[in-house]
Amino acid sequence: MARVLVVDDEPAIRRLLRQTLERAGHEVIDAADARVALAAVAQTAPDAVLLDLGLPGRDGLELVPVIARTPGIALLVVSARDATEDKVAALDLGADDYVTKPFDSEELLARLRVALRRSEAKGAGVVRAGEVTIDPAAHRVERAGVEVHLTRKEYEVLTLLADHAGRVVTHKLILQRVWGGHDPKVEYLRIVIRNLRQKLEAPNAVGSLIANEQGIGYRLIG
Amino acid sequence: MSDGRPDPQALLRQAAQEGRGRLKIFLGAAPGVGKTFEMLSEGKARAREGVDVVVGVVETHGRAETDALTRGFEILPRLAIPYEGRTLHEMDLDALIARAPRLALVDELAHTNAPGSRHPKRHQDVEELLAAGIDVYSTINIQHVESLNDIVAGFTHVRVRETVPDSVLEAAEIEVVDIPPDELIERLKAGKVYLPQEATRALQHFFSKSNLSALRELALTRAAQAVDAQMLEHVRALGVGGTWAGAERIVVAINELAGGEGLVRAGKRVADGLRGPWTALFIETPRVAAFSDAQHARVAAAMTLATQLGATVVTVPAAGVVEGIKGYLADARATQLIVGKSRRSRWFELRHGSVVDRLVRETPGVTVHVLPVAGGAAKPERLPLRRGAWGTRLGYVATSAMIAGVTGIGTALFRVLQLGNVGMLYLLPVMAAASLFGLRTGLFAGLASSLAYNFFFLPPTGTFTINNPENVISVFVLLGVAFVTSHLAARVRAQADLASQSARTNAALTGFLRQLTELADDAAVKRATCREIAHILDVHAVLLGAGAGGLDVQAADAEGYQLGTLDLAAAQWAFDNATTTGRGSGTLTASDWVFHPLSHAGRTLAVLGLARDGGGDPVRADQLPLLTSLIDQAAMVLERLRLEGEMRDVETIRTRDRLRGALLSSVSHDLRTPLTAVKAAAAELRHGVTPDLVTTIEVETRRLDRFVANLLDMARIEAGALTLAIEPIDLADAVTGAAHDARAALAGHAIRLEVPPDLPLVRCDPQLLHHCLLNLLDNAGRYADPGTAIRIVGAHRGATLRLSVVDEGPGLPPGAESAIFDTFRRFDGSDRSAGGTGLGLAIVKAFAEAMGVGVEAANRDDGAGARFTLVFPSATIVRDAVVEGQI
Repeated sequence: MARVLVVDDEPAIRRLLRQTLERAGHEVIDAADARVALAAVAQTAPDAVLLDLGLPGRDGLELVPVIARTPGIALLVVSARDATEDKVAALDLGADDYVTKPFDSEELLARLRVALRRSEAKGAGVVRAGEVTIDPAAHRVERAGVEVHLTRKEYEVLTLLADHAGRVVTHKLILQRVWGGHDPKVEYLRIVIRNLRQKLEAPNAVGSLIANEQGIGYRLIG
Repeated sequence: MSDGRPDPQALLRQAAQEGRGRLKIFLGAAPGVGKTFEMLSEGKARAREGVDVVVGVVETHGRAETDALTRGFEILPRLAIPYEGRTLHEMDLDALIARAPRLALVDELAHTNAPGSRHPKRHQDVEELLAAGIDVYSTINIQHVESLNDIVAGFTHVRVRETVPDSVLEAAEIEVVDIPPDELIERLKAGKVYLPQEATRALQHFFSKSNLSALRELALTRAAQAVDAQMLEHVRALGVGGTWAGAERIVVAINELAGGEGLVRAGKRVADGLRGPWTALFIETPRVAAFSDAQHARVAAAMTLATQLGATVVTVPAAGVVEGIKGYLADARATQLIVGKSRRSRWFELRHGSVVDRLVRETPGVTVHVLPVAGGAAKPERLPLRRGAWGTRLGYVATSAMIAGVTGIGTALFRVLQLGNVGMLYLLPVMAAASLFGLRTGLFAGLASSLAYNFFFLPPTGTFTINNPENVISVFVLLGVAFVTSHLAARVRAQADLASQSARTNAALTGFLRQLTELADDAAVKRATCREIAHILDVHAVLLGAGAGGLDVQAADAEGYQLGTLDLAAAQWAFDNATTTGRGSGTLTASDWVFHPLSHAGRTLAVLGLARDGGGDPVRADQLPLLTSLIDQAAMVLERLRLEGEMRDVETIRTRDRLRGALLSSVSHDLRTPLTAVKAAAAELRHGVTPDLVTTIEVETRRLDRFVANLLDMARIEAGALTLAIEPIDLADAVTGAAHDARAALAGHAIRLEVPPDLPLVRCDPQLLHHCLLNLLDNAGRYADPGTAIRIVGAHRGATLRLSVVDEGPGLPPGAESAIFDTFRRFDGSDRSAGGTGLGLAIVKAFAEAMGVGVEAANRDDGAGARFTLVFPSATIVRDAVVEGQI
């Protein structure tokens, strides 16, 4: 399926990830430190990198922009650091997703699938998420086949999330793209998300379309 | 106690003693002093009185004279107890109780019974006898008393293993059987003292003279203590007033004569010897106002010395010395009084009475120590006339005017009045002048009046000659009236002055103490001390305390005092030696300041520096006693604060230790349990994969994960490392995120989100809020009954916004609602079995409070579950209208 580079200094984690990934049909290369990892990125052209941040010698966060700049690579940070700042930093530096340790193997595979899909085909056509259909070309959003009227900001936020369906889009990115300006207010985003939920999610299934990563951003579940 | 009301606790204790037998212990310093002999003698005496006496057990050690004494007693046969092939003979407790004598003699209270006996120790047998209403006589050596065991072992190097608790002695009547050490050694040499077979040189060493003396002193002291304790109990039970010979309370009466310091030192010696608290007492009589500066200074010096030597210093105002001392002795329950007696002539004492004689007569029950003091030459002080002795100029002018007025009136009425009555008119200005302006002005008025009377009215008028001898008497009467009136008036005025000064002093002291006791911190007390003393005595005041690098100024009544090297040296000296230094003292007198140590119980807490503008003596001699009292009180308050601080520190450390202990046990439990499960499940997997095993591993690792996250959060809270990133948050959004992350813990429960869409945003930290919600949901998932719904309800109430997590389950134990947020709080049964960490709710509280959000825990109104609520105050609610077009 895909060639995945696992960068982690813990042999146990490397072994476990290798087993999990190989079971899912991926080819696995691993690296125990930053130097080996960067060499492997250059030489083996992996489709995806699972990157630990706590590496010996050099912080994994420094590797994020380097790897993210390489075209065609999906970058997932897999780290025990669960502070909001670390997550936001990794995502803003270009990581496609952030998974905290201890992780759930199935969830990790699912996130990896989403990231690989994105890196294959950027720019998208119609996005389907549950009973919601987003058609950027027709500038049209439907829920269960019925067109839903959205304000301009609501539409922009939704299409931005749909563009990165399955991945976290940070507040910062959304605010910059949709509102721009110097000091966009996060409460605008909160209200817009609330309105989108009301229009697109079933009342007893809040979060079924747009998941909230508290303090980090939003993810369109697709 | 002083109100004569019995203490209920003491009465209860006494009631418990009713119906019990009484225990009398014959206490000896060492073996061989004759305890058993004494016990048997007294038993025999009681038997002769007709009391039913039985010997329970007596060890005569084959001594003939002791043996002889046991004859004639009914002796209870001993009980044979077989032990390891031997037979031991013990007191037959059951037989003795069945026999039920009035009095049982039970030797060797500290004896250890043979294995297999009912009680391991004989004093427990005795306890049973007492409970059965049988009086007991018993014996013990001082080294067997538990609390003294170490002390005795310390100097004799012989440790006895058989001990008796002190409580046994405290409830008993104690008789010390005492012989001088020399005599005991004689008896030992004569072979009259029984020593066990294994008696060796160690035991010989035990009987050295110094050891025996020390043991004897211990025995006597211990007996005295027991008596004292019982006496106090008795006094409390009856509410008896009056003086009781118990622990000694010593009072030293200070006077203004030279030698007061000798009295104080004597007091200290007596107090040390008797190990009792002591007080230096000064009686402030009206005479004090007439004291010379030297006399004031002597009183102050004696009081200061007393403070330094650890006495309590008390000044009592009273009409007379004897009355004051008597009153204080009764109030303080003093037992020892130390007074000085000046070498006065017998003639003086006949006229004025001897203070000492009166004290001895009028304070029965108090031991009066009399020390000769110097300086008795003084006659009783003349009436206090020092103030305005010559009178004011105003007084003379007014008096002259009054006399002129009276002369005018007299001339006008001369025709109507008799000559003698005109003379009477002159009494008015004389009395007025004497009472208003003092003796000299009064005498002046008398003289001037008699001259005016003579000149204007006595024939021949217009001259100072007096024809009629009768009229000479009139002149003398006028002078006499002036003299007597001014005396009386002066005395009244002096007493009024004294009373008002005493009232001022007392008011100042009371006010001072009240001010200080209201303050709760050291720095504030020091500032107030400076401010108040400066105010009361009208001086400059600084207070120095031990700082990082020696003494530093910690408070002052005003800014900007510069203390030079010399001043600081004087202060340091005062601090180190607990003595007054600087100006007017005996040490480093070149300083402009005088430094008084603030000492309490032998510990110098600070130094008070005083100075006066222009460099005079800072404190007038007559104010020294007041200053001493002020300093004493300030020291007391500072010491109290210091002790409180120490106690708080200890309490903090204790709390921290408790938390640490709880943390360790929690960590070990909450880490090990899931680890054990995972390890076991992993091992099981080798034999085949079952869904159960996999679930176990998943559930337990999740639990571990949650616990580690909580530990980390707790560590951040403890380290004070919480940084807030406040932003507007949609509660529905927040709950969605938390419910998603907690979905595993919430498995089996339906989540019902009841947050109205129009709820305003709130300002808080998204991460902390997330963790709060995770823990609340986790908690609900753990305690809610399986299959029930967990509701998350958002609502306005008043100005606040409330977000509640409501479950269906057993709910909280009643009364535990607020305590549930304490760290490591678990409630019986439910928590541990459900694998709680004891940290989650504490984190909720800490995080919420860091964000300014309140937390509440309560049971549901219908009692069918618990409700945990985050209360967002109105300050956190976002009210800004969203700008049109931005959404």
